[in-house]
Amino acid sequence: MKKILAAVAAVALVATACGPAADSGSTVSNSPAPEAKTLTVFAAASLTESFGALGKQFEAAHPGVAVKFNFAGSSALVQQITQGAKADVFASADQANMDKAAKADLLDGQPTVFAKNTLTIAVPKGNPKGIKTFADLAKAGVIVVVCAPQVPCGAAEQKVEKSTAVTLKPASQEQDVKSVLAKVQSGDADAGLVYVTDATSAAGKVDKVDFPEASGAVNDYPIAVVKDAPQAALAKEFTDFVLGAAGKQELGKVGFVTP
Amino acid sequence: MPWVLWIPATVALALVVLPVVGLLARSDLTRFPSLVTSDASLQALRLSLVTAALSTVICVLLGVPLAVVLARSRLRGIRVLRAVVLLPLVLPPVVGGLALLYLLGRKGFLGYLLNVVAGVQVPFTAGAVVIAQTFVAMPFLVVSLEGALRNSGDRYEQVASTLGARPWTVFRRVTVPLLLPALGSGVVLSFARALGEFGATITFAGSLEGVTRTLPLEVYQQAEVDVDSAVALALLLIVVAILVIALARPRALEGVRS
Repeated sequence: MKKILAAVAAVALVATACGPAADSGSTVSNSPAPEAKTLTVFAAASLTESFGALGKQFEAAHPGVAVKFNFAGSSALVQQITQGAKADVFASADQANMDKAAKADLLDGQPTVFAKNTLTIAVPKGNPKGIKTFADLAKAGVIVVVCAPQVPCGAAEQKVEKSTAVTLKPASQEQDVKSVLAKVQSGDADAGLVYVTDATSAAGKVDKVDFPEASGAVNDYPIAVVKDAPQAALAKEFTDFVLGAAGKQELGKVGFVTP
Repeated sequence: MPWVLWIPATVALALVVLPVVGLLARSDLTRFPSLVTSDASLQALRLSLVTAALSTVICVLLGVPLAVVLARSRLRGIRVLRAVVLLPLVLPPVVGGLALLYLLGRKGFLGYLLNVVAGVQVPFTAGAVVIAQTFVAMPFLVVSLEGALRNSGDRYEQVASTLGARPWTVFRRVTVPLLLPALGSGVVLSFARALGEFGATITFAGSLEGVTRTLPLEVYQQAEVDVDSAVALALLLIVVAILVIALARPRALEGVRS
């Protein structure tokens, strides 16, 4: 009985050890047809709308090329690339995560900043609490939701708090900017600090209150080709495309400031 | 027992145990004590234990009667109710959180009433955490109790009532004792589920240190900046879960054979 057990355990160990290795091929790198190419772009969640449109334009300009996106939080994307996910291009929502990727030797060449994003105050439609300035957020009875300081939008918010000497008492520190927006949209928060681009894409569902102090906490969006990219040449073309006129136009549409 | 069963059983065990081994292998055990005793971790642990305990109590107070009704009632349509109770099991927790938000949020129909009539706001409070946990954990308790009740049949209860016992006496003296073994495992299951609850909590209650940020939320938060610290916290959560299960196991999970 003991021998059988040992044998079974060995088989099970081998089987489970093989599992992850066999699985890692599931990321999109296999081309369906010989001349068809797939470009894989890992981009921050806040780029969903603009990069989606740019991807379509890039495909139209490059017959046979399919652009696949993986939109997620920047730090999650760095983690995925570190763990061996196949990516050609990485676009981060902040410098810190791009630096992390550079430090882990995951990049091919220097990253370039292609867009800047600033904070704004999102309020439910009609602005029921009459928020006009950043300082209004600290008033009693105003339920404010922000990003946690660990994520880029939260770090930017902390910078604004410091520079204005206004201390907020948030009801919640969310993990990403879309969750903040969701709580404003549902009406459970009176105000939330989000990026201009998020407020723009939710126009009609929330109102936007810009404040001048936001200029003190601008987020840079860098883009870079990933080291050992399966489609290195295409990846370079795509980053040039984002940095070029088409990129400026699409990014500008959703509220990014382009360099 | 045919020995062949050992093969799938071992694979099943490996599937449960090996990921935890991976977590252990990835963790920096020398930093473990300092990581898990940080202020934020301890606050999250305390909040988790308190809210999970509270929601387990609510699960018992409401879930036991529900299980008895589901198992014993002869009403038409009770089968549909039985399926409805399982809903939180199949709903993605985030959807559960959204559903709670649309019910109890400021603009939700019940939340609006509460706000206008009593001035109470549920989201962003520890109470919201308890509600979210109860929502996801309740089915575990109800299902284990209902199964036990239906297996034991209602002969004892019938005999008791033919001997002249009133319904309340039958419930107290016959039904509840019949339930006890299953109650133990149901309580452990629902407590464990409440302790690990994440999606509904972050959607419905938000995430604020000391108020709504339970241990699973703190793990998620830490993973954003410091994976080592997230792994340490995850281990802490596992240790707590194992302690709970181990302490309750002798009587609860194995059941008491009378």
